Amino acid sequence: MALPPYVGPAGRAWHYSFLIFCGLVFLFLIAPILVIIPLSFNAEPYFTFTEGMLAFESDAYSTRWYADIVNNPQWVFSAGNSVIVAVFATLIATVLGTVAALGLSQAHLPYKPAVMGLLISPMIVPLIISAAGMFFFYSKIGLAQTMPGLILAHAVLGTPFVVITVTATLVGFDHSLTRASENLGAGPTRTFFKIQMPLILPGVVSGGLFAFITSFDEVVVVFFLAGFEQRTIPRQMWAGIREQISPTILAVATILVCISIALLTTVELLRRRSERLRGMSPG
Amino acid sequence: MTVDAGTALSGPILAADGTPLKVSLRKAQRVRKLRAFALVLPLLAFVLITFILPIVDMLLRSVDNPVVARNLPITLNVLKDWDGTGTPDETAYAAIAKELVEARENKEMGKVATRLNFETSGMRSLIGKSVRKIRRLKEGPYKEALIKIDKRWANTEIWSTIKRIGAPYTHVQYLAALDMKTQPDGSVGMQPEDRQIYGQIFMRTLWISLLVTGFCLLLAYPVSYLLATLPLRYSNLLMVMVLLPFWTSLLVRTTSWIVLLQRNGVVNDLLVWVGIVGEDGRIQMIYNQTGTLVAMTQILLPFMILPLYSVMKTISPSYMRAARSLGAKPATAFVRVYMPQTAAGVGAGCLLVFILSIGYYITPALVGGQSGTMISNFIAYHMKSSLNWSLAAALGTILLAAVLVLYWLYNKIVGIDNMKLG
Repeated sequence: MALPPYVGPAGRAWHYSFLIFCGLVFLFLIAPILVIIPLSFNAEPYFTFTEGMLAFESDAYSTRWYADIVNNPQWVFSAGNSVIVAVFATLIATVLGTVAALGLSQAHLPYKPAVMGLLISPMIVPLIISAAGMFFFYSKIGLAQTMPGLILAHAVLGTPFVVITVTATLVGFDHSLTRASENLGAGPTRTFFKIQMPLILPGVVSGGLFAFITSFDEVVVVFFLAGFEQRTIPRQMWAGIREQISPTILAVATILVCISIALLTTVELLRRRSERLRGMSPG
Repeated sequence: MTVDAGTALSGPILAADGTPLKVSLRKAQRVRKLRAFALVLPLLAFVLITFILPIVDMLLRSVDNPVVARNLPITLNVLKDWDGTGTPDETAYAAIAKELVEARENKEMGKVATRLNFETSGMRSLIGKSVRKIRRLKEGPYKEALIKIDKRWANTEIWSTIKRIGAPYTHVQYLAALDMKTQPDGSVGMQPEDRQIYGQIFMRTLWISLLVTGFCLLLAYPVSYLLATLPLRYSNLLMVMVLLPFWTSLLVRTTSWIVLLQRNGVVNDLLVWVGIVGEDGRIQMIYNQTGTLVAMTQILLPFMILPLYSVMKTISPSYMRAARSLGAKPATAFVRVYMPQTAAGVGAGCLLVFILSIGYYITPALVGGQSGTMISNFIAYHMKSSLNWSLAAALGTILLAAVLVLYWLYNKIVGIDNMKLG
């Protein structure tokens, strides 16, 4: 934002303080995430920068906390659980959510606001309430402390994200394309896979990634619903933070940040592709 | 197919197969309606079974009160005829002695005693002691025997408690959740001052949520303005800085706040190094309300920036220019022309942040200490530690009701369809 030449000194000062304020807010947003990355390579079991680290001495840095993760069977075990739960929950959420979004985007659906409200509710209801309710109910039907129970719980928490992203992709969808396809003799299934699916795919994948990260990060439901056998990474981190916080946690956190960066990049690229496909301006 | 022009004009318009067009159209619409509904149905059923049903089940639990009713049916039946003054007669004493001994054999006595103890403290020891001694008694009169074991059995209060807690459905958990209590005489009043906790916790939850919402708005407004007015090239880059926290695990962000803010953490080290505080004067910034506020503001900030940004993006700069050229000072133009146009975004962002923050659990639990805990933490406490599940359910119901009202409001003002992610 270049300042126009007629702005006086007061306006100029105001403008620069505005920019500094925004810079500080960005720092506030991003610094906490970035600060743990160097700290996770700390050779000492401290949570702050040692003098050696500030002087960039090579022996002040080490990867011992990363070795700690790999050598600790509990972390490896919970990583496996996290991946299994997240993958299956994502599959269920994505399939059900996409199909429902196709229905929701049609103008003919009766009681649309109520249905939409109900489908989005898992995102709105406080997690502690969902977790408590699921704990009682899943215990009753024998799903508590089982992997299927956890997968179902995480799947339902992920569905709103899929519904929202896919519905958003369908807003700009040109329905004359499906009509043209049907007119040329394709059945509904073929029309879906050949015409609709490629166009909404970016939305579906983004929604799936949202569902994946929701499950992969989720700890409250795991806290209530999972036994020791179903421990996931966040549950293990939670225990670590509460009991004795060791720098291993920072190493795990750094790995999670890298996963987030990868997912965010994918979603951003998909969003741009989707906008290009739908003929909107890239941006 | 040829249609005579005369009939076509006078009769109903026909579709290709000869049925009237209206009927045919309605049929087609019905089929499409059904098809749309069939697409939504699987997810709807899934959400209803795995999510809505568990929550309804929990809500019922807050009024469900089976323990005493199941174990002391005869006593409660006898107490039905008791007028609530003085003590009941021998039949009630005989019934309760018999039923408590039975409950002990079925290993249910502990539950009954615990349930009664939630209402009137001291009941657990009273029942335990009485059952141990009355077991040896082969026959009555039980009234004298029980009063001899413990003279509290002659108190009207004990019996009115049993009678009240014996109802299979009760609102007593809601009274407890609102710091109220049924007095021995049956009227509803506040708990004694020193036992009032939840009112304060609800107020604190609202207060923290309001502060977090306020801070978020304060920080997000300028940033969103910057993002909306910068050329796309730069704003896309800066947007990544907003979206990355959004995508980063909550636990990771909470952990980093612990690392930053603790006594020997990065921020305190920095302050000592700069010389603002001495080595002994390190500030306690975490495990208290400050910690909760700082961490929650950072975590929820993207939820404020995104709706504000998407509204500000649509505001044409020509309105501001028009205001300026008509003689308004920059500040006046901004306040009178620009800000009113952002009202929708402010409303959406504030409601979303407020909804998310009043139910917050993880962050307050990890960095909140004593003064920064919120209502969710008490629900978790009653679920996991005190095992007073009915009270947890009642507290949860009150919280849920608040969230649903806000959700309804959000839907009215913003529309869920307009919710955007990233």
